[in-house]
Formats: sequence, structure tokens, C-alpha cells
Amino acid sequence: MSRQATTSQTVGPFFSIGMGTAIHDNLVSAGTSGERVTIEGHLLDGDGISVPDAILEIWQANSHGKYAHPEDQQDKPVDPSFSGYGRIPTDDQGKFRFTTIKPGPVPDLDGKFQAPHIVASVFARGLLRRLVTRIYFPDEPANATDFVLNLVEASRRETLIAKKIAGVSGKLEWNVILQGPNETVFFDCGL
Amino acid sequence: MAKTVTYRRPNPDTQPPYLHPAYVSSLKRAPSKSLVYLPHTLSEVTGPTFANEPMDVKACDLTRQHSGEPLGERIIVSGRVLDEEGRPLRHSLIEVWQANAAGRYLHKRDQHDAPLDPNFTGCGHTLTDAEGRYRFVTIRPGAYPWGNHHNAWRPAHIHFSLFGAAFASRLVTQMYFPGDPLLPFDPIFNCTADESARKRLISLFDWETTIPSQALGFKFDIVLAGRDATPMET
Ligand SMILES: [Fe+2]
Repeated sequence: MSRQATTSQTVGPFFSIGMGTAIHDNLVSAGTSGERVTIEGHLLDGDGISVPDAILEIWQANSHGKYAHPEDQQDKPVDPSFSGYGRIPTDDQGKFRFTTIKPGPVPDLDGKFQAPHIVASVFARGLLRRLVTRIYFPDEPANATDFVLNLVEASRRETLIAKKIAGVSGKLEWNVILQGPNETVFFDCGL
Repeated sequence: MAKTVTYRRPNPDTQPPYLHPAYVSSLKRAPSKSLVYLPHTLSEVTGPTFANEPMDVKACDLTRQHSGEPLGERIIVSGRVLDEEGRPLRHSLIEVWQANAAGRYLHKRDQHDAPLDPNFTGCGHTLTDAEGRYRFVTIRPGAYPWGNHHNAWRPAHIHFSLFGAAFASRLVTQMYFPGDPLLPFDPIFNCTADESARKRLISLFDWETTIPSQALGFKFDIVLAGRDATPMET
């Protein structure tokens, strides 16, 4: 290896002037296939205080479990109306919300399938590098055998699984707790 | 079966820790539990591509986004985006944002008592070309004070956001300027243990891209994670 990856630095408090110009919190258009879902939540620090200067980026497969990317060689339909990418800032109350579709299953490393999931990066003032996490779906039988969920100790897995909101359909709650006893599971994804 | 060629993990000393007490904002925001090692799957080796997005030419010239010219020293910031093997990242999105020449961001939460510039927004974006090259025209940002500690000042810097080819190679960083006397005192610049990794965040003054009577050139190359040699079966 001749080079080393450039060092990460925080997005700082004012990233919204640069990254805010490309907010993308509705991934769905009329032609998008799949089950619509709105995911909303609260981003909190180690004192339980709202983080109003954070931004989430999400990446997911389409409803067939196919990524809009040349390295996805699966023989599955591409959905031209779905890029799979979203960028969602937190508001003044540290809350965020985005609308997407539930992705289909994508392969794991053993020729089996992972449970439907969204990968997410969290950027904020105070984070010298991004945090990487995943969003899984409730009432999903495949969660029990998902190899990534099984890398996580059982008592912490629920931080990765969005929750249904009583009496509301099509809407899920998923919170991000940066630090503390109920801390969200974050992954070492490299950078 | 398809193969998943995973992305290389960084040498730990070349990347910052989450908790860096000298950077006070990290105290309550850094995770306290160990990260869970995530093998790269198709979800991580794919990622958003912006190669076909329409790019406004004004987006890479931050001095031409308003009716008049911004105040400050015009500069040209250019370089290449490569992976660890030196291969160019082609048609890859770069976003930048920065303070104006007075050290003030056009942001509602920036309380610094320095003037805004009606001719400067301070953000831009571009795609790298087929050789991984990029180029921005802008003005040199000013240093600005912040509340981290008594008499804290950020060295002049430009924020860079890069996507590369995959979710696993996403990077946000900051570019600094050579000879800045504030660099030794900045907890954000100094958060990374490896001195040569820190130095690579400092751009180089460059005669070749300096335009006579017009703008000074600064070179800043960015390296994103490379691929592992051995593919994993999927
Ligand atoms: Fe900054």
C-alpha cells in the first residue's frame, strides 16, 4: 500500500451550509415500488440532550433487494425511481424524519440473505468521524437469523430495530442515542 | 457466485478517536461502548453515485455565486481524489463549505462578531474528472474564534465531504493552510495521533496552479479507503 486514507475531521457546527443544500428526506416518488414507511426519531447525547446539529445519511436497496450501484450484480430489477440514498438533518429539537420504502433482502457473506435493513452514517459537531449504524424493521422474522444482528449482544440489538407506533400504520420510530446505558449500537466499518 | 471485495481498514493512529477530551464537544457525543466490528457486505461496498447529477458550473467557483465579488484573497484549491493504491476516484462528488474572509459562516448559529459578505455563501460542490481531479475557485477563509477553551481560535480551513465509490469509503475532513500559526493549538487538527496523517491535512502552496495577477494555488490531494486484495465469497 503506497498511501493511507486521509484523516477524518468533524463536520463542525456549520455543515448545513455545505451539506444542507442536498437534503433528501423523501426517497420515494409516485413510481417507486415497495411498502412506504416514514421513520422518525430523536438524536440525543450522553446527557439525554437533543442534538440539533447532526445529519443522518442513509443507504438502502430497493424493494427487490437491489442496490442502485454497479457492484450489485444480482439478477434483480432496478427501480429507476429509487436511488436508495437519503440525507436528513436533525431539527432544532434534535428530531429527524424521512420517508422511504422497506428494502428487500440483500445477500450476506455466506450466500444467505440479510434481514431488510438501511445502513446509516451519523455526522455532528463533536463527532471527529462519522458513526455507522443500521436500521432494521419490526416484526421481521429474518431478524432472528441476520448475521449482523447476531454480532451484537442480545440486550443491545433492539437499538437497531425501529419500533411500531401504536395506532399508526406506515410510520416507525428509531432513535439515536450517542452515549450512555441505552447507547445505540455503532459499528466499526473502517472509516 | 458474486464476490464482495471489501474495503481496507485504516491504520488506527491515522484516524481520530471518537473521544478526544481536548475537543469538548466530543465528551457527551462520543460513544462509550466499543464499536461492533462490521464485515463489509454488499450494503457497505455499494453507495450513492452522483456521476449523472447535473452540476452547475458556478458550484465549483465560490467567487461567482453572487452579483459581485466576495472580499478576500482569491485562491484556487485543486487536487486529486485517489484510493490507497493511487487509483483515481472518477466522477465522484466533493462538497466544500467554509467561512468568509472575515471568519464568519453564513449560518444562523454562527455568533462570531465579524461581518457577513453579501457576495459569499461559502459552499460549493463538484465532480472529479476521469483522472480523479477537482478544482475549486474560492477565497481564503479567515480564522474564527470558538468556545472550546479560553481564547480558542480555529485555524483557517475548508470542510470537505467525499463519497468515493461506496458507503465504506465515505469521508468528511478539513483542509488547512501551510504555515498557519494556529495549527499547533487546535484540538480538532491535533486529534489524530499520527503526525504524518495530520500533516496530510495541510494543503501545499502551488505555483503551477497559481494564476498570475489573479489567484494563489493550493494543492490538496485526498485519499479514500482502498480495496482489500482477497474477495470474500458471497
Ligand atoms: Fe469550520
